[in-house]
Amino acid sequence: MNKPIKIVINNFDYYYNKKQALYKLNLEIQANEILSVFGPANSGITTLLRSLNRLAELNPEGRAEGEILLDGKSIYDEDVNVTELRRRVGMVFDVPTPLPMTIFDNIVYGPRLSGVKNKKDLTAIVEESLWQAALWDDVKDRLGMPAMSLSGGQQQRLCIARVLALKPEVILLDRPCSGLDPISTAKIEESLIQLKEKFTIVIAPHNVQQAGRISDRVAFMLMGKLIEEGPNEEVFANPKDQRTSDYITGRFG
Amino acid sequence: MVLVAIIVYILIKVLPEIGWTFLSQSPSDMGRGGGILPTIVGTLLVTLLAVVIATPFGIGTAFYLAEYTRGGILTRIIRFSADSLAAIPSIVYGLFGFIFFVTQLGLGLSILSGGLTLAFMILPTLIRTAEEAILTVPQSYREVSFSLGATKWQTIIKVVFPSAMRGIVNGLILSVGRCIAETAAVVLTAGSALHMPKSVFSSVRTMAVHFYTLASEGISMPKAYGTAALLIILIFLINVVTNILVNRMAAKGR
Ligand SMILES: Nc1ncnc2c1ncn2[C@@H]1O[C@H](COP(=O)(O)OP(=O)(O)OP(=O)(O)O)[C@@H](O)[C@H]1O
Ligand SMILES: [Mg+2]
Repeated sequence: MNKPIKIVINNFDYYYNKKQALYKLNLEIQANEILSVFGPANSGITTLLRSLNRLAELNPEGRAEGEILLDGKSIYDEDVNVTELRRRVGMVFDVPTPLPMTIFDNIVYGPRLSGVKNKKDLTAIVEESLWQAALWDDVKDRLGMPAMSLSGGQQQRLCIARVLALKPEVILLDRPCSGLDPISTAKIEESLIQLKEKFTIVIAPHNVQQAGRISDRVAFMLMGKLIEEGPNEEVFANPKDQRTSDYITGRFG
Repeated sequence: MVLVAIIVYILIKVLPEIGWTFLSQSPSDMGRGGGILPTIVGTLLVTLLAVVIATPFGIGTAFYLAEYTRGGILTRIIRFSADSLAAIPSIVYGLFGFIFFVTQLGLGLSILSGGLTLAFMILPTLIRTAEEAILTVPQSYREVSFSLGATKWQTIIKVVFPSAMRGIVNGLILSVGRCIAETAAVVLTAGSALHMPKSVFSSVRTMAVHFYTLASEGISMPKAYGTAALLIILIFLINVVTNILVNRMAAKGR
């Protein structure tokens, strides 16, 4: 049942200036599974996700300590190409963030950067990504329209398609369904379950129920610390830590 | 409303004056007769030169300030200078241009001196408007671009610049308008010769200067109004054309 380990997080600390946001995190993420990292507000989940693709370092006040290994290699090593890392570890943000260009151009933004120019190749990438994100039928006739003209749920699926177009290995999703209606949410959850065959997925779910529905494993975080992690059923059925059980049963947070 | 009234008044007064001769001939008798072709050419050349020189510097500086520095001492110096320079009356630029370009560098009263001087005059406005436009581009666009594997430079070229385009162009239009309408700084640096310019070293009289001379020296009121009307039409046209172009470009995205 154990799958290969994709990401290893070793003693990872993160600071915003003097304020510590992550404390000595240790976590292994298996390939081809959905890991939900959940917890109350300000637990450091966004910080953790943004550390996995080094997007956190856009913040000049931020500082990371410790180690994160992707396929056994530290992503903070000197010789790591950050842009390549970000293509391997794609990210979907909590609010849908289409770029101000057409649907087509949004999806091929990444592939174009890595040198794909041929119109036929680009079109193929667009079609495949949209299929995977369950958006093809909605937009196949209007690829040249501004991405902003889509509904919120469609925009978020576009963002997922845009990440898939990178052909990444890991997909990070930071509360991808916050603000979306139940139908859009269900569609996205369905796609994610399909996608884990090919990708490793780390998601900040937008509530405990969502974590329960889609995850293979879950990790519970509180105030920058990892409290416990394990297979979905185990953690929800018998949480080892009192705080986890309090949170799951809705006694705080 | 007042503005519209003034424009309508001028246009009514002058429409009979503006004809093909007015547009296509050189002035005769100090501007009492003939047309104003050389002043149209002079205006366009001086303005074009100023914009061509100032735009790359202005936009470059704006991107440097907005994207590459984080409130360092150098940034503050540049910003402070830009703000102070924007507040200086144009005659001071004229004096500076006269002393530096016309006399020191020996460029004489010429299109070149005028263009350079106006370039200095519009630079602060260009920098500030472009910087504001760049700063209003949502941070999330940049983050998305980075998260898709773009470098900083690619992010600026492919996302930030197109999104800031409209604001940058607005600043540009503003600057073009100022160049076209400028008198003091231009008289002092480009002079007021009435003949057709032969090269960038020729002295020219711009339409604004021509209008000012005709009106203030009472040479010919009808010709003065004609020139003013043409000036307004020119600024208006530039506005409309640029807006259409920018809308075309923006329509691809939003
Ligand atoms: N840019 C920043 N500068 C300073 N402190 C920050 C910054 N971003 C986050 N923090 C702090 O770091 C801690 C963790 O924040 P983070 O956004 O990672 O938590 P989160 O679990 O994603 O929270 P939420 O549930 O609100 O999304 C919080 O205390 C927050 O105030
Ligand atoms: Mg968050």
